[in-house]
Amino acid sequence: MIVTNCLIAGVGGQGTVLASRLIASAALERGLDVRGCETIGMAQRGGSVLSHVRLGNNIASPLISPKGADVILAFEVCEGARALRYLKPDGLMIACDRSIQPAGASGGGYNSDDMLMFIRSRTTRLHVLSADIINGRCGARSINVAILGAAVACGAFPFSMEDMEKIIEARFNEVYANMNKIALRLGERLALGR
Amino acid sequence: MGNEAIGIGALRAGVTVALGYPGTPSSEVLETIARERRDGVYVEWSVNEKSALEVGAGAAIAGARVLVTMKQVGLNVASDPLMSLNYLGVRGGMVVMAADDPGPISSQTEQDTRHFGKYAKLAVFDPSSPEEAYGMIADAYECSEAIGRPVLFRPTTRVCHSYASVTLRDDLDVPRKYGFKRDGGRWVIFPRLAYASHMEIERGLSSLADEFSSYPGNGKWGSGARGIASGGVSWLYVQEAYRDINKECRLLKVATVPFPARLGVEFLQGLDEVLVVEELDPVIERELIFLCGERGIPVTVKGKLSGHMPNAGENTPERVREAMDIFLGGGERLEVSSTADQTESPALPGRPPVLCAGCPHRGSFFAVKEAAHGRKAVFSGDIGCYTLGNALPLDMLDTCLCMGAGITMAQGLNLAEPDSLNFAFIGDSTFFHTGIPGIINAVYNGHNIIVAILDNSTTAMTGGQPHPGVGKTIMGRQTVKIGIQGILSSIGVERIERVNAFDVAAAKAAVVRAMEGDGVRAIIFEGECITLSRRENNACMVDEHLCIGCSLCVKKLGCPALTLQGKYARIDAVSCTGCGICKSLCATRAIVGGE
Repeated sequence: MIVTNCLIAGVGGQGTVLASRLIASAALERGLDVRGCETIGMAQRGGSVLSHVRLGNNIASPLISPKGADVILAFEVCEGARALRYLKPDGLMIACDRSIQPAGASGGGYNSDDMLMFIRSRTTRLHVLSADIINGRCGARSINVAILGAAVACGAFPFSMEDMEKIIEARFNEVYANMNKIALRLGERLALGR
Repeated sequence: MGNEAIGIGALRAGVTVALGYPGTPSSEVLETIARERRDGVYVEWSVNEKSALEVGAGAAIAGARVLVTMKQVGLNVASDPLMSLNYLGVRGGMVVMAADDPGPISSQTEQDTRHFGKYAKLAVFDPSSPEEAYGMIADAYECSEAIGRPVLFRPTTRVCHSYASVTLRDDLDVPRKYGFKRDGGRWVIFPRLAYASHMEIERGLSSLADEFSSYPGNGKWGSGARGIASGGVSWLYVQEAYRDINKECRLLKVATVPFPARLGVEFLQGLDEVLVVEELDPVIERELIFLCGERGIPVTVKGKLSGHMPNAGENTPERVREAMDIFLGGGERLEVSSTADQTESPALPGRPPVLCAGCPHRGSFFAVKEAAHGRKAVFSGDIGCYTLGNALPLDMLDTCLCMGAGITMAQGLNLAEPDSLNFAFIGDSTFFHTGIPGIINAVYNGHNIIVAILDNSTTAMTGGQPHPGVGKTIMGRQTVKIGIQGILSSIGVERIERVNAFDVAAAKAAVVRAMEGDGVRAIIFEGECITLSRRENNACMVDEHLCIGCSLCVKKLGCPALTLQGKYARIDAVSCTGCGICKSLCATRAIVGGE
């Protein structure tokens, strides 16, 4: 049985938990077992957060080991760079170029181009999605679902775009379902260059 | 989520009374029960863990199956009634779920509830995964009713907040035995009863130790002269590594206190060495060492005590794999987390949690900071989102100990240094939890403190649970709203200021007034948590023609929506909520929009 390990990296408040729930639901619908773990608690207040999602059967650990992720979804560029150590050498990375600088004097800033360059130098399969485009078409709160759409479109998961749309329809009311489906398809277009 | 599995498992096991106080990683259990409950199930956020446990004790003595939930430090608050309740016993099954937090990820301590169980002479169930927790909670009820005493249920963060596919089973048929039965002092703790109970408790524990050797949550597998003993989520890491390494060894899984002694002896006999993989305290490790000594079994036990495993922090699959690789001899070593990996990485800035953009606490802290500028002052904090007020640049917390301690510590600080201003910051939920007795202490004993109550109308850090000042319960019922100001005046606080936390100028003026004179002074800062009242498309903006690049807004407030772009301030339109606190300190009025 093939196991798919997906790591979601972002900043608390960006919707990593929702993204992992959507993936887990779609996998369950396909008859796969899921196991994973979220960052819940203090870090949700703007700290670094990771969601581990593992699909397949006979998985024991809820956490993915370094160099164990088949796919990383990065909702923020610096968090993507931080999570890179989890990616398999031939793993797929979908990153958003959105940059959220650490607040005030608490962290010290970073240059997002440096982060992107680093990510590019360490990945063989990478799609960088423009936060501005997502923001302009769907609003920045849709980054999570757009990135998810890109990953599904790239074949990262054992389920299809249509499967994911069904999960979104079941989970949200009509207005939110439509917003999320648009974001999902936008992610697909941005990743596949259509 | 593991906590959902526990909540649904408790309902399946016939729980009709569920109580608790929020605390990461435990909070979602009660929320699940409130959501999934059938008729006749009562759920309550109690004012604190001690109250929850005592309400639960009453219900359990009268025959109900009771669940009480809290985080590990909450168990400290509830320990007084729990220690005695064990001596008194219960009729209905009573499970006290105390969630431990290895790391710690969101806690003050790395205490181990298995140890608490041993100290309090309580049985402890320690699930390794959500699906195990789902079934095990029913076992805990069965055990509690069989021995007539409360039992502890101790998941850890990676069980509570991990998820798994869980197959739901039919509800258990639980015979109801409601009604309090008077029984000649049976439910009144007295020295004579305590003595008799103590003997019974010891007998019960030794028979449980034997029974637990055949409990399905405990077990041993494999063969060979090396063994690995584990429990909790570490057991999952051990299983995964065991499969990958594929070398002969024996495995022991322990999920209970008391320790399954017979099983342990069977596991040890014939081994040369054991590696113990567990989180927090070396509980399994000490039990194995004890058995080796007691039975004269010549086995070397390696773990935390021997320095082979770390004493603090949580285990990870890669660290467990590495330890097992070394222990089982040679084999392929995983390249884990090698620093070489990151050599070419640009410096990754730390990203500690911060007060949200739009958080009212930012206004409160800033107002106090400005008002107390240049004065000798100590700022005591407490447990909640506002603990994040310690971060730069606000830097407004000098102490933080445990729930409610800010108010009382401020009194002690002032005793030792009477010429200092002593502020105590406390949130609304914490005020109700354990803040009030400290204020009574201050009024009664004539201490000089300024209590700053940060009232954001919710228990924010744990996800927005209602509390006595909110006017509704976890079951969705409208209820009386207990006013903080009314409490303060009724206990004799004469000088009370009440201000809008977002109105920095007015708040600052109130703080200045409160700083005059002595005695107990209180300032209630009111402002709803932004997670409750966020509005979309309400962001402030920086007028680039007016911004002179003084960067005061960025450097003084630490708002995650405010950054410097080149010389000038920039507001992130996505995260800004338009609270307008930053407008109050912009000399050139360059910040526009928002409220």
